[in-house]
Amino acid sequence: MSRMATTFLAMLAFWIVLSGMFDGFHLSLGILSCLLVAWFSHDLLLSVGPIRSRIRDFFGILRYLPYLFKEIVLANLQVAYIVLHPRMLDLIDPSLVRFRTSLKRPISKVTFGQSITLTPATITVSIDDDEFTVYALTRSSAESLPGEMERRVAAALEDRR
Amino acid sequence: MSAIAALFVIPGLFFFAVGTLGILRFPDFYTRLQAAGKCDSFASVLVLLGIAIYNLGDFTLASLLVSIKIMLIAVFVFIASPTATHAITESALIVGVEPWMRKERKKQ
Repeated sequence: MSRMATTFLAMLAFWIVLSGMFDGFHLSLGILSCLLVAWFSHDLLLSVGPIRSRIRDFFGILRYLPYLFKEIVLANLQVAYIVLHPRMLDLIDPSLVRFRTSLKRPISKVTFGQSITLTPATITVSIDDDEFTVYALTRSSAESLPGEMERRVAAALEDRR
Repeated sequence: MSAIAALFVIPGLFFFAVGTLGILRFPDFYTRLQAAGKCDSFASVLVLLGIAIYNLGDFTLASLLVSIKIMLIAVFVFIASPTATHAITESALIVGVEPWMRKERKKQ
C-alpha cells in the first residue's frame, strides 16, 4: 500500500512539473491517470523492502553524486587532453580489463557500471554475476579499476552489517 | 544570469568540439565511441544546465517549471547515454569488431 502511495505521489509531482496547469480540470485528469498508473505499476518504480532502507539508499546516492560529478569533470578534462594532444596515438593504449567486484546488490552493480561508463576512458562492456568486463582507453585508466569508485559505491549502497 | 549561464554553456561547447574532434582523430570504433558517448553527454548536461539557469532570468512559476523540465532532460541523458554506449560496445564485441591495439600489445 505504501508503495502505491509513494508511486502515486512521485507520478503526481512529475505530472505537475510537466503540465504546468493548475486548474481543476487538468489537476483532476492528472490525479486520475496517476492513480491508474500507480495501481498497475506500483511494483515497478520501487523495490520491495522496508521504507527505512530505501531512504538510506536515497541518501547514499545523494552522498555519492558529488564524488561522481567530480570524477566526470576530471575524466572529461583528461580525454580532452588526449584528443587535443598532437601525438595522440602514443597516449592511448586500449585494452579490455576483467575484474571481480565485491558488490552484492544489483542496484550497486548497475550504479558502479554506469559510473564507469560515465567517467570517460572506460566503458562497462558486460556484468556477469560479479565479473565486470571494462574497455579502457588508456593504461592509467585501466589500472585505476576498480579502485576508489567501487569503495564509494559500496559505502553508498551496500548493506552495512 | 546570462553571464552565469555562459559559464556553463561555453565549456559545454568546448567539450562538444572535443568530442567531435575525438571522433575524427581516434583510430577505431571503440575509441571513437569513447569520445562520442561521453564527452557529448557531459557537454549536453553542461549546456542544458546553462540554458536552465538562463531561463530563470525572469523568475516566474512558469519559467521555473520549464527549468525543471530542462534538468529532467539532463537526468535522462545521464542515465540513457552510458546505457546506450554500453549496449553498442558490447554488441560490437559480440559481432567481432576488431579493437585497435598498440603494436607491442598485439604480439602478446
